[in-house]
Amino acid sequence: MDEFLIKALAAGIGLALVAAPFGCFVVWRRMAYFGDTLAHAALLGVVASLLLGTSALFGIAIVAVAAALLLAVAQRQEKLGSDTILGIVSHGALAAGLVALSQVETVRVDLMGWLLGDILAVTWGDVGLIWGGGALMLAALALIWRPLLAATIDPDLAKIEGHAVERARMALMVLVALVVAVAMKVVGVLLVTALLVIPAATARGLSRTPEQMAAFAALVGTVAVGSGLAASWHFDSPAGPSVVVAAVIVFLAARLVRRY
Amino acid sequence: MPGLPGRGQPMSALVRLDKVSLALGGHPVLSGVSLAVEPGRIVTIVGPNGAGKSTLVRVALGLVKPDSGTVSRRAGAIVGYVPQRLAIDPALPLSVRRFLAMAAPDSDASQWGRALEQVSAGHVLGRQVRDLSGGELQRVLLARALLRRPNLMVLDEPVAGVDMAGQAELYDLIAALARTGACAVLMVSHDLHVVMAATDEVVCLNRHVCCAGPPETVSRHPEYLALFGPGVAASLAVYTHVHDHQHLPDGSVGHQHGPDCHHG
Repeated sequence: MDEFLIKALAAGIGLALVAAPFGCFVVWRRMAYFGDTLAHAALLGVVASLLLGTSALFGIAIVAVAAALLLAVAQRQEKLGSDTILGIVSHGALAAGLVALSQVETVRVDLMGWLLGDILAVTWGDVGLIWGGGALMLAALALIWRPLLAATIDPDLAKIEGHAVERARMALMVLVALVVAVAMKVVGVLLVTALLVIPAATARGLSRTPEQMAAFAALVGTVAVGSGLAASWHFDSPAGPSVVVAAVIVFLAARLVRRY
Repeated sequence: MPGLPGRGQPMSALVRLDKVSLALGGHPVLSGVSLAVEPGRIVTIVGPNGAGKSTLVRVALGLVKPDSGTVSRRAGAIVGYVPQRLAIDPALPLSVRRFLAMAAPDSDASQWGRALEQVSAGHVLGRQVRDLSGGELQRVLLARALLRRPNLMVLDEPVAGVDMAGQAELYDLIAALARTGACAVLMVSHDLHVVMAATDEVVCLNRHVCCAGPPETVSRHPEYLALFGPGVAASLAVYTHVHDHQHLPDGSVGHQHGPDCHHG
């Protein structure tokens, strides 16, 4: 196997493992559109990193986290529906990112790479970042797991039972923003949410406990990454979209198997 | 008038609201509401839709801060809360067993079973929360509150979705809890005639406290009659529940028809 394929596999599988439990919370808390919005806003981070001369990931992470915090506050205060706020921020940020990117003429930017991911171009440094950063994010999630789960079942009950609901909610939003930032390179702006939502949705019907669902989601994500990359190699199709198509096929297959 | 501030020792109440006012989105929801719930007593809030009943409960629980007035809960109050409905998403796999365990982390399996038996829902222990019927979920929520060994129970329409026989049974359980466990109970209810009998004090709420007092007094109060209409109020003669049947293990009901029966 070629080295670049091994690197792509290592990056993709690492991402699938990290994204799985976060994806479960995204599904349980109906945050899919929130993840999408962060990914769209993250394109502005690419521009910011070009202008400031920092690494792209750094710019993306800063902008995604800032957007997450902004949304967390806006959702609490605004009278508009939260899907409306997300619609404004999501498409506003995507459009602003595309406009700003066109104005940065000094550097040629691989726009398709950012929109759809460029998993075959990841470096061993990227792989290390995904596994190392991912392990830290999972550790942080484990720390807030109990209050977060309680708040996901019912925020009022959780508060009364002494859980720090607001702190757990903010922490989750920041962590999801970081997952989105890490996933950008692999599956791109347009497909990040798919990697969060589809494995979790596939795992739902197979699971009896929240933890089981996170584990099954990790398995589904890993299978999708492996088969998607293999398909991309065979059919010379773009890698990111191939992974997402593979995930959708696993999702549909799981539904069929459960029915018959 | 029992329950209003100024009477009794201020610290004997588990929760006390004093002249609480709150506006949501510019509209006044509560104005100058005072009430207190003492151990062993059941205070029931009744009122029309939009009267601020659920908001009052949320203020009493400390989930919402009032714009003015004070809310004091006794230090060391252990709250058992039964919300009107649960916000859980059907995509979250969660067994009733786990849901109960989360309410009281140091409880064990035998206690979960006993709490469910108390609300006649022993058969749902292994089920998924998302598969429960509305009435079963309501019973599980009540069992969950009991498991915390509360000295303050706050119940927002606790028997919504429960069948008629079950409603009376659960109200009896709540009443027994207040009597024997010296637990203070604050409850919102629409089921006026069932609730009146199991209540020490009725607070008739319509953004402000229209009237408050023992059920017999409130049901004859002019403000109460104005709110619910004399016709409704007359038909809501205080109902005393007589448990005239047993629930058999197979789920059927053993019942001896009497002269007052209007069924079967």
